[in-house]
Amino acid sequence: MSEILVLVEHTDGDVKKVTLELLTKARELGTPGAVFVGSGFEKAKDKLGEYGAAKVYVAEDAALTGFVVAPKAELLAKLVADVSPAAVLVAATAEGKEVAGRLAVKTGSGILTDAVDLKLDGDTFVAEQSIFGGSSVVHSAVTAGTPIVAMRPNATPPAPEAAAAERVDVAVELSESAKLARIVEKVAVPKGDRPELTEAAIVVSGGRGVGSAEKFSVIEALADQLGAAVGASRAAVDSGWYPHQSQVGQTGKTVSPQLYVAAGISGAIQHRAGMQTSKTIVAINKDPEAPIFELVDYGVVGDLFNVVPQATEEIAKRK
Amino acid sequence: MKIVVLVKQVPDTAADKRLDPDTLAVDRGAVDGLINEMDEFAVEEALQLVEKHGGEVTVVSMGPDDATDAYKKALQMGADKAVFLTDEALAGSDALATSEALAKVLGTLEFDLVILGSEASDARTSLVPALLAERLGLPQLTFASKVEVDGSAIRVNRLTDYGHDVVEASLPAVVSVVEKINEPRYPSFKGIMAAKKKPVETLDLAGIGLEAANVGWAGSRSKVVDATVAPPRAKGTIVTDEGNGGTELVEFLASKKFV
Repeated sequence: MSEILVLVEHTDGDVKKVTLELLTKARELGTPGAVFVGSGFEKAKDKLGEYGAAKVYVAEDAALTGFVVAPKAELLAKLVADVSPAAVLVAATAEGKEVAGRLAVKTGSGILTDAVDLKLDGDTFVAEQSIFGGSSVVHSAVTAGTPIVAMRPNATPPAPEAAAAERVDVAVELSESAKLARIVEKVAVPKGDRPELTEAAIVVSGGRGVGSAEKFSVIEALADQLGAAVGASRAAVDSGWYPHQSQVGQTGKTVSPQLYVAAGISGAIQHRAGMQTSKTIVAINKDPEAPIFELVDYGVVGDLFNVVPQATEEIAKRK
Repeated sequence: MKIVVLVKQVPDTAADKRLDPDTLAVDRGAVDGLINEMDEFAVEEALQLVEKHGGEVTVVSMGPDDATDAYKKALQMGADKAVFLTDEALAGSDALATSEALAKVLGTLEFDLVILGSEASDARTSLVPALLAERLGLPQLTFASKVEVDGSAIRVNRLTDYGHDVVEASLPAVVSVVEKINEPRYPSFKGIMAAKKKPVETLDLAGIGLEAANVGWAGSRSKVVDATVAPPRAKGTIVTDEGNGGTELVEFLASKKFV
């Protein structure tokens, strides 16, 4: 079967859930060859093997992660030239897409972004994309070069199937132009234990109705009872109540969890564009006319400061 | 400093966007167009940089011939002049073709910095800034929440999943900005009037030395095979909290096995 390269998303060898999803998808389409850039392979090896990576191409040169995006694109371009994969899969994260884009220029290939599914139609890879906030579904194909597909997190249920994860060391001589944007410092916002927003099965979000940074604790308490990630509307982030990384919407992250709970969020298009494809949607809002209620499977018209703590307590009781 | 800001005219986000049923491309005629919101932050950043360091701002836009609102807004905010690339052969261009055309336009201009919004609200690929950096061989400083220039050195805070990276490079560079970076000014009445007299250069493919085969439908390296409007979500249950709203909500969640 032909090889499908999968660029691994990880932090020091801690493999992200989206990579397990991509490996699962890659197994349906060919033989997965994972591409691991950076340090921590020993930590990642078992996970990658567990989810079907036949090979792992490992590149540990610090320069690959010391400059913005371009070195990874050069490494992948070399791999594409060397192993002639049938396709390259990346996660549709901000950085994943940029690597994919630059790779597409280098290899003269087409690129499909934000795919929620990928199938083979004969020899052609056809991606499914959900656009305009989920109101339209399109199928697209690449018409030149090796297809490069950026897949959305939470689109494929990850399923283990053991494989060898045979280590193949690779290196690339980086061009000068790959080293123009130098990362001099990495600043991490304290992460906590909650799941990552785009990967979480459940997301609980707060909006303008929450009213302050302190009162977000009400949202967090419900999220913790549900084992959920916490999201925030643009209004809440702009007011400084929650960090930008948690923003869901047109200019924030797009999420598609099994359950999305929106508390104190009116549901303007700006927000809906980021969560409209969630499988089950619940909202709590004082305003019965709030547009969010057009989207919900279940909605409560009421004060979130009454409803949410009551719900949190009820869930705790049932455990 | 010579700064070039790239702006895109997009269908109004609030309107019902759709695909043209014949071409399966974004139907740009069906709804009002306006400047992509993220690009306003890019224009503002450019204006603040020249206010601080001196220089001028040129706005560049590519689109159908009636897509003039985007660059006009930039001129009204304070950009000094505009370059508008319009050609029928560009219709249907994917991000790769778009970046090739824009790179050619940039090749005709002198600049220290190219600034764009990080993502356009229609196709939302967020690829063009990185593609431009690739094509022009310039530092890629994307998703910037802060930009500092010191002589020929530039430093940005680049947003990441875990926080941000501090990235340094030498000018010229490509920067894309996120909305966190500043607050775009409203054009003043004076600005609106002055914009009408600012120079606008219009270019076509011949003017930038690009073959029609490289762009538009002909030059795109991907195609939409089919498109369907998704079935609308079934209407949900809406209840009013009468003291047990939270408990009833949990019953719903339990019925769906979330609890």
